[in-house]
Amino acid sequence: MNYKININGTTKEVDVEPGTPLLWVIRDALDLTGTKFGCGVASCGACTVHVDGNPVRSCQTFIEDVGDQDVITIEGVNGKVANEVQKAWQQLDVVQCGYCQSGQIMSAIGLLSETPNPTDQDIDDYMSGNACRCATYQRIRAAIHLASKNLEG
Amino acid sequence: MNIKSSRRDFLKGSLATGAMLVIGLNSDGVFAAGTADATLNPFVKISGDGNLTVILKHIEMGQGTSTGLTTLVAEELDVEWDKVKTEFAPADVGKYANLMMGMQGTGGSTSIANSYLQYRKAGAAARDVLVRAAASKWGISPSEVTIENGRLKAGNKSAHFGEVIAEAAKLTPPAEPILKKNSDFKLIGNRKIHRKDHISKTNGTAIFALDVKIPGMVYAVILHKPQFGAKLKNFDASEAKSIKGFIDAKALPTNEGVAIYANSTWNALKARDAITADWDLSAAEMRSSDQMFNDASALLDNPTYAVRGDRETVRKANMEAAQKLEVEFRLPFLAHAPMEPQNCVIEPTKTGVIVHDGCQMPTLVQQMVADILGLKTENVLVNTVYAGGSFGRRANPTSDYVTEAAMAFSLLGGKTPVKLVWSREDDIHAGYFRPLAVHKVSVGLDNQGAIVGWDHRIASKSIMKGTFLEAMAVQNGIDNSSTEGCADTGYEIPDMSVGLSDFITPVTALWWRSVGHSVTGIVMEVTMDMAAKAAGEDPVDFRLKLLPGNTPAQKRMANVLKMAADKADWKKPLPAGWGRGIAVHESFGSFVAEVVEISTNGDDIKIERVVCVVDCGLIINPDVVTAQIESGVGYGLGAAMRNQISFTDGVIDQSNFPDYEPLRIADIGKIDVYQVKSDEAPSGIGEPGVPPSGPALINAIADATGKRVTYLPLSENGISFV
Repeated sequence: MNYKININGTTKEVDVEPGTPLLWVIRDALDLTGTKFGCGVASCGACTVHVDGNPVRSCQTFIEDVGDQDVITIEGVNGKVANEVQKAWQQLDVVQCGYCQSGQIMSAIGLLSETPNPTDQDIDDYMSGNACRCATYQRIRAAIHLASKNLEG
Repeated sequence: MNIKSSRRDFLKGSLATGAMLVIGLNSDGVFAAGTADATLNPFVKISGDGNLTVILKHIEMGQGTSTGLTTLVAEELDVEWDKVKTEFAPADVGKYANLMMGMQGTGGSTSIANSYLQYRKAGAAARDVLVRAAASKWGISPSEVTIENGRLKAGNKSAHFGEVIAEAAKLTPPAEPILKKNSDFKLIGNRKIHRKDHISKTNGTAIFALDVKIPGMVYAVILHKPQFGAKLKNFDASEAKSIKGFIDAKALPTNEGVAIYANSTWNALKARDAITADWDLSAAEMRSSDQMFNDASALLDNPTYAVRGDRETVRKANMEAAQKLEVEFRLPFLAHAPMEPQNCVIEPTKTGVIVHDGCQMPTLVQQMVADILGLKTENVLVNTVYAGGSFGRRANPTSDYVTEAAMAFSLLGGKTPVKLVWSREDDIHAGYFRPLAVHKVSVGLDNQGAIVGWDHRIASKSIMKGTFLEAMAVQNGIDNSSTEGCADTGYEIPDMSVGLSDFITPVTALWWRSVGHSVTGIVMEVTMDMAAKAAGEDPVDFRLKLLPGNTPAQKRMANVLKMAADKADWKKPLPAGWGRGIAVHESFGSFVAEVVEISTNGDDIKIERVVCVVDCGLIINPDVVTAQIESGVGYGLGAAMRNQISFTDGVIDQSNFPDYEPLRIADIGKIDVYQVKSDEAPSGIGEPGVPPSGPALINAIADATGKRVTYLPLSENGISFV
């Protein structure tokens, strides 16, 4: 079945079955591979993308529910908050294996868009759905604080 | 991934045209210089525009090796760090062997340890020929030529590397190139240089195997056996035929699963749900976890192998001891659960295939795939890409997911590119777990609180027996990976006996980040804490008495222990309800001590702070070392807190992250890492952070609550974490 999807600022057409998770539309049909598959049950956050500006788990978001909402992936994310988050991640060398980090970054952008000056507790609450088996959590916390500081200044 | 260009680059490999200086080992194993088509195995490539590429014989799975190996070459060449590129080496054991393994592979925390001199020499050999080529071009002595920020200089003359590579390629570097003095290091030991992958992994451009797409590729998933030892009788795919995109389903020749093909990952997963299968369970594991633990425990009445000491002498000493401590530990099977589920792509070529894989053992994979497909090994090329974590899982003696992919590729006719994808459920169910272990420890103490005897019995499934590594890792029936960190403990224990029995089960076992040390670190350090308490002594002081400094290892172990106590304000009283625990362990040549500080609220525990001290010899990248300790601490704590693979009637109880819950950001407070300055040879860093973390937490819980847990995970003991 053909669906139109607004992805990273352009409208594309994809031929997938109803019930296909947005994750697999993005990865297999649109060839945008920065968004990762980790669990398929919205338990790890590796597949986090923005739908109309809000972080969602794309493995549990279905193509027919996306409609004309704007889907943004790690490849298309931009703006002040996104830039500062990515810069902070680079400055503090947050990544290890890196596989979960697209999702971490998409969530962190969501957090800072809602809460520009998060406390450690705010960060822990918001980021708890994003698992990192390399346990880069301490640096994720530090990078979010750094991005927050740079956005203020 | 831009497949076309990446494939072209890959196939081109070292045969790239255009001006190129290559520094690599010649057939005599000596560093030599040459042009692109020289028969050298390149470690260093310099192109006509002067750009430097370091060839990585080790995989990057997060542990920072791509940064470390590159640092070693860049240091000797004085190049600008940000401009150096990296490339993974092809599979070639003759050229890219791990010098500590004798095969091409990454593991055992050996990447830097085995490459330290080799990669520095490669850089120094390149420097030698570049400097001499520049000197000859300028008609001056090589001693007048220097390199600054990647440019050759002499007085007012200056050139980039590319300008002299043609001349440099004709020169022969000395057999032992002159290396920099440690005091001249600019990059080695520099905390400010960034990881080589810090940008590509923050903008979605880093390529993992799951990101590889080949034109015409089909997607395969496997319906795996429901129990270890089960064999496929038959399957019914009729329901799958109504799923759009479903292509076919075929039994694997091993009868351990069914390969299901579709035009997308999702359609393949849906088709799998629609397929039913009958299994022969006559040789299958049918026990539940309690039974397995009891069976393993029963093996310890009479251990099969005497690993260390004379048990009768120790038992006698313990019988006469003033105090006796008897402890049983039960540690569960554990899955590695790397973030990227196992997957790979098999792409046909004119003469064979390319395996696109986050490949931890390239030459093993090459051999396995060649055998399955009936190809010459040289016609199986391995394109190594980033691995989304491994913790040991991707390196296994049967290359399980790669061989599945090769079988699936072959069953489909061997002409169509196949991407094999595991779901998280496959990963949790597929085995190669950290083996279940039962330890029984009896410690005798005299009336002064000194240890007089330590009888230690271990039952665990052998990781190495029955694999190609058996000859190397098993001696007199004893699998070193079951006893390491115990039988060879650095503590000076007057009378110690260690016995071992192999627990037999079809459940497959594998090295899990820090291997045997992940078990023995817990057992040794929790027992040590209990012994200190029995002796009425401070846990640090008690340990230090057993580390009198008679060997260099004892000195280093005592040093990190003392430093950790100092940095953690060990003797300073904590608020009410708080506790702290300490542990120290040597693994992979490195010494790590950790102090875990917790607060409690009833049975709820919060990890407030972890203080770590690491001595891993000379440090190449201090920030990577810190990151690896942070990572090891998190990996070890998360597992001790709530991870287990358990069985009910032979079937695994867990299936995905909701019931194999990984450590979360809210679980862990601050981790402070301190490093010992050292000029000793660099030793491991990817794993040594793991062993002390679990016992330090267990000891902290005992300190705060008086509750002593020896059956893991902690969550099975009425303890929850907030």
